[in-house]
Amino acid sequence: MSAAEILTRVLIVAAAVALLVIVLRVIDRSARRVTRALPMSRLKLTASNMVSKPLNTLLSLVLLSFGTGIISLLLLLDNQMRDKFNRNIKDIDFVLAAKGSELQSILANVYHVDAPTGNISMTEAQRIVRSPMVKDAIPLSLGDNYEKWRIVGTNKKYPEHYGCAVLTGKLFSAPFEVTLGYKVARETGLKPGDSFTSVHGYDNAAGEEDHHHEHPFTVVGVFAASGTVIDNLILTPLESVWMVHDHGHDHAEEAGADSSHTHEGHDHEHEAEKEVTAYLLKKSNRGAFGMLARQVENTTMQLANVAIQNNRLLNNFGIGLDTLRVVAILIMVISFLSVFISLYNSLKERRYELALMRTMGSSRIGLFQLMLGEGVLLSLTGYVMGLLFSRTALATMSHYMDESFHYSFEGMGLIGREWWLLAVTLAVGVMASLLPAWRALRIDISKTLANE
Amino acid sequence: MLATQSLQFTYAGGPTFLFPDVRCGKSDHLLVLGESGKGKTTLLHLMCGLLTASSGAVEIAGTKVSDLHGAALDRFRGKHVGIVFQSAHFVESLTVLDNLILPQYLSGSRIDRAYAREVLGRLNLSDKAGVRPGQLSVGEAQRVAIARAVMNRPALILADEPTSALDDRNAAEVIGLLEEQARSSGAALVIVTHDQRMKHHFQQHVTL
Repeated sequence: MSAAEILTRVLIVAAAVALLVIVLRVIDRSARRVTRALPMSRLKLTASNMVSKPLNTLLSLVLLSFGTGIISLLLLLDNQMRDKFNRNIKDIDFVLAAKGSELQSILANVYHVDAPTGNISMTEAQRIVRSPMVKDAIPLSLGDNYEKWRIVGTNKKYPEHYGCAVLTGKLFSAPFEVTLGYKVARETGLKPGDSFTSVHGYDNAAGEEDHHHEHPFTVVGVFAASGTVIDNLILTPLESVWMVHDHGHDHAEEAGADSSHTHEGHDHEHEAEKEVTAYLLKKSNRGAFGMLARQVENTTMQLANVAIQNNRLLNNFGIGLDTLRVVAILIMVISFLSVFISLYNSLKERRYELALMRTMGSSRIGLFQLMLGEGVLLSLTGYVMGLLFSRTALATMSHYMDESFHYSFEGMGLIGREWWLLAVTLAVGVMASLLPAWRALRIDISKTLANE
Repeated sequence: MLATQSLQFTYAGGPTFLFPDVRCGKSDHLLVLGESGKGKTTLLHLMCGLLTASSGAVEIAGTKVSDLHGAALDRFRGKHVGIVFQSAHFVESLTVLDNLILPQYLSGSRIDRAYAREVLGRLNLSDKAGVRPGQLSVGEAQRVAIARAVMNRPALILADEPTSALDDRNAAEVIGLLEEQARSSGAALVIVTHDQRMKHHFQQHVTL
């Protein structure tokens, strides 16, 4: 790192610190103004006291909001992932695809985020698909994209499976007709009547953007938003994909995104051999997986169990979540200590003040409630800050995920388990202030006032 | 307004105090003089129910304070007794004006900001209403403490060594103000002190 770079970084950090200090001062000032303007009430007494010890309060709030924020973020992520996954899986039991990583074949064909494991022969696949163990099968043929949006050759069963209705125009029927997912239409601005040429590859990851196909696709319709993967896809009849590629590439060996397209030796004999990327299968009875897997054994295909792979996916992701969860709980414990210590110290300083309030008419219970209120107000403020924190983080993540994977999270409302989090946070506040509140209740006012 | 009857108090493992009966009528001003160790503060705390007497009785404005307990006692004290302590203390996180409203709020009386401002004006403290107590001088603080004691228009004002921390000029001023405020809110005033400077101010005294 050069001296200039180090200097720039130091300056950025200094600017960030300065900004933070300014923001904190503004918050401090406005909090003071607000508490001053409050009519006399228990809330005012509590809030004034919090504001008059800004550093103690800041420490407690930072810890509380981090603890609750991380936990709330984990809950949100967990909720969204499960929801998203379940919506995309929706009764798909197995994926029949070319041999390779089973997880990859799920990612590629169910979630459409990874490159497929390759193509399979349709005739070979038909033998499995026609088995009585299979209740329903949806063919998928991948290979091209338009501005990074995947073009999927399939039939009308695919959108029907997800309950996707056509919003404008109609469903694709002839080759080279496409119906766009809702988000694809929104982002590309394409509408029925428009046409475009596709680019070879799944999401341009391999830098193949230069290889355009000649034959244009025509947009005939747009699907309504469904919150499923269909939103991000361009659907067309299987034939389109075959016809595009029958121009002369040998796609049998196209596992993923190989860029070595030799245009020499165009071999039109391949037209006879029809291929698809995968079949999404629904089983017709319980023992189907074992039976079908045996049939697939000696072919170039593999059968991936969606539920098993999906669990693997969630569990792998779960390791990170577990660690974060432990960290969040630790932060909650530390914030408990912070609230406790800050209230206990302030009680020592405020003994005389509290005794004085007794001489002015406040009861023992009144002081008890006042101290308890402080713990509750602190934890409540921390909780609200934590929720804001988790929503901001989620929105940022969603923005990033959307750009790179066309995957987004939605729904910023309070989810069920966050009410539990509220209860836990309040309990932390109450427990931390219980002993200080009890001490306030037990203050010997005569002795306290006489000793001054 | 205030009457005590054969009050007696024993500190756990400590001395026993026997107090002479004290009577103070409406709008009367009474000085209770005593050297240190004679139980001046103890007597004051007994009068307003901060301490419970071993035996004897206290009556304020027709109510037997010695019969009250718990929250009822706290509330009665807040409403009917204003106390001025040796050194002035406040709720530091509130402004001077809010500190004056505090006794009204805590005793469940009506909040009367106008009255608080009026009393501040009478004590020449109008410009201090929005200030934090920590920024007041010792003399100003004692004046604000007097203002606070009259906020509920109490029947009785008790002052515990209100001048001992002050120089002659400030002491005289504080005594003058105490008497003036007691008079204008129609309260009986009882000052407990060892400060002999005050003796000639008052016609009525009791010596412990």
